Amino acid sequence: MAENDVILETRGLTMRFGGVVAVNNVDFSMKEGELRCLIGPNGAGKSTFFKCLTRQYKPSAGQVFFRGADITSDITFQIARRGIGIKTQVPSVFDGLSVHENIWLSARRHHKTRAANKITDQIIERVGLGHATKQLVGRLAHGERQWVELGIVLTGEPKLILLDEPTAGMTGDEVGRTTELIREINRQAALIVVEHDMQFIKAIAQKVTVFHHGQILVEDTMINILSNQQVRDVYLGKHAV
Amino acid sequence: MDLIGIQIIQVLSGIATLALMGAGLAVIFGMMRVINFAHGEFMMLGGYVVIVCTEQFGINLWIAMLIIAPIFVGLVGLVFERILIRFLYGRMIDTLIATWGLSLFLIGVVTWIFGNVTRGVQTPLGAYSFGDYSEKVYTLVMIAFTVVIYLAIFIVLRRTKLGLIARGTMQNPNQASCLGVSPPRVYMVTFAVGAALTGLAGAILAPLNTVIPTIGVSYVAQAFITVITGGAAAFTGTVLASGVFGTVRQVISFEWTPILGQVFLLITAVILLRIFPTGITGRFFRRST
Amino acid sequence: MTDLMTSFRRFDSSRHGTWVVAGVMVVLLFILPVLDDPLLLLQVRYYISMIILALSMAFIWGFGGIMCFGQSMFFGLGGYAYAIAVGNFGESTAPFFLAMIVPALFAAFLGYFMFFGRLNDVYVAVITLAVTLALYYFINSTSGDEYTIGKARLMGFNGISSIRKFNWPGDSTALLSANHLFYFAMGLLIATYVGLKLLLGSTFGRVVVAVKENELRAELLGYDVRLYKLAVFVIGAAIAGLAGCLSINYKNFISPNAFHLSLAAQIIMWVLVGGVGTLLGPIIGCVVLLYVSFILGTGASGGGLNTYLIFGLIVMIFVLVIPQGIVPTLRDWREQGGRYRRMTAGAVLSMAEQLPASSRAPVRAFGERMLGLAPPSGHSGNKG
Repeated sequence: MAENDVILETRGLTMRFGGVVAVNNVDFSMKEGELRCLIGPNGAGKSTFFKCLTRQYKPSAGQVFFRGADITSDITFQIARRGIGIKTQVPSVFDGLSVHENIWLSARRHHKTRAANKITDQIIERVGLGHATKQLVGRLAHGERQWVELGIVLTGEPKLILLDEPTAGMTGDEVGRTTELIREINRQAALIVVEHDMQFIKAIAQKVTVFHHGQILVEDTMINILSNQQVRDVYLGKHAV
Repeated sequence: MDLIGIQIIQVLSGIATLALMGAGLAVIFGMMRVINFAHGEFMMLGGYVVIVCTEQFGINLWIAMLIIAPIFVGLVGLVFERILIRFLYGRMIDTLIATWGLSLFLIGVVTWIFGNVTRGVQTPLGAYSFGDYSEKVYTLVMIAFTVVIYLAIFIVLRRTKLGLIARGTMQNPNQASCLGVSPPRVYMVTFAVGAALTGLAGAILAPLNTVIPTIGVSYVAQAFITVITGGAAAFTGTVLASGVFGTVRQVISFEWTPILGQVFLLITAVILLRIFPTGITGRFFRRST
Repeated sequence: MTDLMTSFRRFDSSRHGTWVVAGVMVVLLFILPVLDDPLLLLQVRYYISMIILALSMAFIWGFGGIMCFGQSMFFGLGGYAYAIAVGNFGESTAPFFLAMIVPALFAAFLGYFMFFGRLNDVYVAVITLAVTLALYYFINSTSGDEYTIGKARLMGFNGISSIRKFNWPGDSTALLSANHLFYFAMGLLIATYVGLKLLLGSTFGRVVVAVKENELRAELLGYDVRLYKLAVFVIGAAIAGLAGCLSINYKNFISPNAFHLSLAAQIIMWVLVGGVGTLLGPIIGCVVLLYVSFILGTGASGGGLNTYLIFGLIVMIFVLVIPQGIVPTLRDWREQGGRYRRMTAGAVLSMAEQLPASSRAPVRAFGERMLGLAPPSGHSGNKG
């Protein structure tokens, strides 16, 4: 697993809803250990792209490769088992279960009961929810539920993590902690992060991919992206309004 | 030749029966996404209206069937939409259980009034012969009614302002209310119209079936299977699914037994839903006709 | 009242609650035969078979989130499997197991189509309903001689009568006495209850509840939710089949009514009234409602006017007065404050709607004030 190996690649990935093409013929590729940011105006197809990768949607056309294997026909749970974890845009957690149970269910997938208990405690410490172990996740604040979901994803020790707006609903303080955590996670896993918060992206980004109308508009470093006129037009320009 | 002719008529009548059963449900379930498990009981009420009107009050059969039955059942639907259904919009499983309670309740009320006995409506118009075979004239009338009802539904939904408002509200209640339409009222009226259509279907089918308080059970499953298999485009889908199921059931019934016909209808439905989990008519379209 | 419901659910899900319930069952196991009342024992055996049926539904609906509208089909299949097998073998050991295996296999077949086809809850309800009806019609039509399996005739709408009761394993001449039949039935009830409790406490059970809570997240964790749902459905079917076979040993008779929708409906009502998501609730719901319909003068599958009318009313009222819906999440159960107030406020508000215009305003204002006082509910609507 050399640094230069491609971890994820899509070829001609397309998702149509009736007449609307949400993801249009996307050729995307990233390497092991990379931290990629995905930006673009609302409706650019970022979340749909994530849903195609995890087979929440069945792509209309195209292929997805993960570490060289064709996973296009895999279904959601198989993709998860291959080592792709996702934090969805609206936190997808077990609202009716406690923080401990949430994390434990993730840990138990990979470990025996005793080991799972131990890992659960570690992860809860790591995401800073030690005070709420027994609380029902549904009763936590939005930001905290984000942490729970992050914890769930981390527990699975995925090789590639998809984060859809991880800082939404977080306080400035929490955003800082998330930045730290993402850098830390990146030492073990590749990441794709969808975000609207430019400060946050600046803080973590190495390479940025800009989505527009379901297609990749441009792919470059953050500095170049910021000075790219095309990007300003479609994204930053609109965003500033 | 006669055999083939009579078989074609029976297949058509099978298709029409299913389409008729499904019409009201296509409005209430297909368009409004309200699970109405009392669908069969609404049909049963339609049948009883015909019996009471013709036997008790001596009203003309056709008036009872085509006018009084849909109005009465539509009103019943209106009442229960107000006191039960409207609190449960968007809660599918709850609606399912509540309307199932309603179905038990209606069976109870009708049994209380009329007793748990089988009643029949004399089939009007007699029979005609088709070579060596004879068939009820009324069967042809029923097929014709079905065609007319569906044509009327399509015209109302596609060509009138009323249909446009209904379709719009079902697709996006918030947007509709921004445009000055009152979604609760549209839902109420739509539900009542669905109930009226259901009552009409029950009344039209009454002369071909027996009428008994518990008859609804035998309608509801078939109606649901048909509408569900039809999928997102409720009426087009219901017609298509009726076509498939009616043919399968009638052919099997003819070759073997009616019971096997029912069983095969079901097997076809399960297999179709395995192939098209969201119904025959498309998975991403949110069309309403 | 809300505290009462919360503590009831706590009690039901706690370990000591399990001990208490199982303990009561064990006490009944020893005390009832001592009373020396054969008629009572017979009645209790009937209730036991129904309670086991209630538990099967409590499990698949309350914990697995599967709304099966035809749990009676597995009850009927279990009963018929036993009746046909015992008629052929002249011995009850294998038939007893077949009564669970046959419904389980049928559920596996049906469940494969439903869960691997990813049909949503509502479609599952409708399909189970339709299959149950089809079985009911089919069995009703098997009165002819050609419907014979081995030595046993199906008998159609007449039903199969004088079915052999249980015998000691391996000795077909040694039939169980009335007392032993009771011990056996009660023992099975205890085993079912404790078994389900153990299952729910295991990793499997926790994943099952997780799948019910959030199917997508469970799948994103790598759990094959289709398989879990199928497993729950199959286990529920086997338990319902067990109930079917026990009910035969109560009346030596089975008819197509075992498949009847009114039974399927009653099962749902037991769970609904007792509390979806508990095991003890449906047990109580089952006993109470059976007793009610006994008092109303009809049997389990009877069709008297009052049963329909009253049960219909019960169901509608239960759905309406529980504002969060009757498929509560665990969160709702454990939620302490405000719920009762919200419930009352909801009832007051809907009452206001029914009042004449002149007196509506103050009542509505009162209801709104109650709602205003209540803490924010923190969840919107139900899934589905």
